Amino acid sequence: MNLKGTQVSLHDMSLRDGMHAKQHQISIEEMISIATGLDEAGIPLIEVTHGDGLAGASINYGFPMHTDEEYLQAVVPKLKRARVSALSLPGIGTVDDLKMAVDCGVSTIRIATHCTEADVSAQHIGIAKKLGVDTVGFLMMAHMISPEALVKQALLMENFGANCLYCTDSAGYMLPQDVTDRIGAMRAALKPDTEIGFHGHHNLGMGIANSLAAIEAGANRIDASAAGLGAGAGNTPLEVFVAVLDRMEVNHGVDLYKIMDVAEDLVVPLMDQPIRIDRDALTLGYAGVYSSFLLFAQRASEKYGVSSRDILVEMGRRKTVGGQEDMIEDVALDMAKAIEGS
Amino acid sequence: MKAKAAIIGSGNIGTDLLYKALRSDWIEPVWVVGIDSESDGLKKAHELGMKTTHNGVAGLVPHLQDDNIQIVFDATSAKAHHVNNQALQELGVMIIDLTPAALGPYCIPPVNLKDQIGENRNVNMVSCGGQATIPMVAAISQIQAVEYAEIVATVASASIGPGTRANIDEFTRTTRAGIEKVGNAQKGKAIIVINPAEPPIMMRDTIHCLTEETPNEKAITESVQAMIEEVQKYVPGYTLKNGPVFDGRRVSVFIEVEGLGDYLPKYAGNLDIMTAAALRTGELFAEEIYKGTLNLQTPN
Repeated sequence: MNLKGTQVSLHDMSLRDGMHAKQHQISIEEMISIATGLDEAGIPLIEVTHGDGLAGASINYGFPMHTDEEYLQAVVPKLKRARVSALSLPGIGTVDDLKMAVDCGVSTIRIATHCTEADVSAQHIGIAKKLGVDTVGFLMMAHMISPEALVKQALLMENFGANCLYCTDSAGYMLPQDVTDRIGAMRAALKPDTEIGFHGHHNLGMGIANSLAAIEAGANRIDASAAGLGAGAGNTPLEVFVAVLDRMEVNHGVDLYKIMDVAEDLVVPLMDQPIRIDRDALTLGYAGVYSSFLLFAQRASEKYGVSSRDILVEMGRRKTVGGQEDMIEDVALDMAKAIEGS
Repeated sequence: MKAKAAIIGSGNIGTDLLYKALRSDWIEPVWVVGIDSESDGLKKAHELGMKTTHNGVAGLVPHLQDDNIQIVFDATSAKAHHVNNQALQELGVMIIDLTPAALGPYCIPPVNLKDQIGENRNVNMVSCGGQATIPMVAAISQIQAVEYAEIVATVASASIGPGTRANIDEFTRTTRAGIEKVGNAQKGKAIIVINPAEPPIMMRDTIHCLTEETPNEKAITESVQAMIEEVQKYVPGYTLKNGPVFDGRRVSVFIEVEGLGDYLPKYAGNLDIMTAAALRTGELFAEEIYKGTLNLQTPN
């Protein structure tokens, strides 16, 4: 693979996807310290939102230590070069939340839907576009449909006004060829000036390989997370990816040693558990299950005395999608009843 | 004696409502109003012996008095409902609004049906998620104060039409307002998740409440079970899958809604519960008109 001279823009996820791994308990001080460290290292874009996007604060997904508004107001003014993005899932966040985020100074709004449901994003993408921010369509669980079907959904979002479209491997299920096929099909069908991005999870250890495949197939924005802090086995580990890009002479503008230090000195110390491919995270990737279900399944496992791996496999069998965290307790209760009855 | 009714909107919801109304002891559907002469819904309505027009509400108004229409169901869109309500407001009919327009007070039949009888001539059916979950919030808040209630409605992709998709915030906002106003939670939150699995999934609803004080498990469990029986009177496929689960101050209830499969498929319990609730509301008005406790006569 020769990517020499390619231009790539890296987008840090540790303060948004990483919120899942922290059960949304990151302090304002920690946010500022990590964000300014990332800025210093040359990361151009940093996502700051509840793990489940704007207004994700809930019983279902977890109440964060601070509101989205408090985090954004604290972080945005502290950055010298880096800009901040916010994620929103229609059905959870509303247009009011998008306006709040833009008022706080975010430069990028990312509207996420399940990969088959792009048409629920029209209102939100339209508003983001109208507000004049960089507008990204984020198609989650993209492994569940064919490249052709994904392209159709991406075209809808492009038509609503998105200037960048993401193939999102929420379950960390994809293998490099899956990424190549999807990004390649998107590149062929979308307007030449529409950007393409890839968001990976490391559940099968494929974060780096998949991100490289994405670049080769035409993606120019790659999501990664300092020390991998993210749902499941985490996102593509940012500092590792930067080292690989350096070796391949890809232009990314990030200082390797500085990003290593952010990961090691700032992010790793605040981890509640090691971000690694344990058997549950591996199950997510193997069975194609939404990565943020991990800790919910482990808690339900403890509470109801059933295996977290079995819960996750059952969530996959029920074809659940992102946002259905409520079904984890339901599944665990069903399994506990079945054990009692036998 | 049955009250005569018109249904505006010949799409999936209007047609399913027609099927149900044809079985009613209290409602006699007479008119179905559409805007497309070629629509399947209008053709079906005609086959079922309805008078039809494809000229929208304007096509219905001249016939209201002659056909003694007393109840009008509006199954169009929020935007169209503003127009329809304007056209009908002064004409001595009771309007039951199935759109998210929410011009009139919210009606969740097992919770506040009787409160709707009075001077008001327009009631709103909140949203599918509201009909499926607010009875549970109310069942809990009837026992003790609910500080916060949150619902997650998961629906089959195939059951969510273009109107809802184009304005998903309407669902979020209207349902939240209904949780607070009718469910009687101090603060509400609504989340909708669309699932594209094939075969389509049944509607699933999770209701989480935080009670102010430690929940009274026995009283809440009984109240939830009694409320489920109330809803089952008009939606037989409304079932408790799990719970109530008690965890500190959190009370969680897991519901599945299977539709009757009249015109809509059974998995579309979210749409079925709307049409069933609207019909039940219409039946109450018909009963009150019959008893003479509701007089729709206009002053002139």
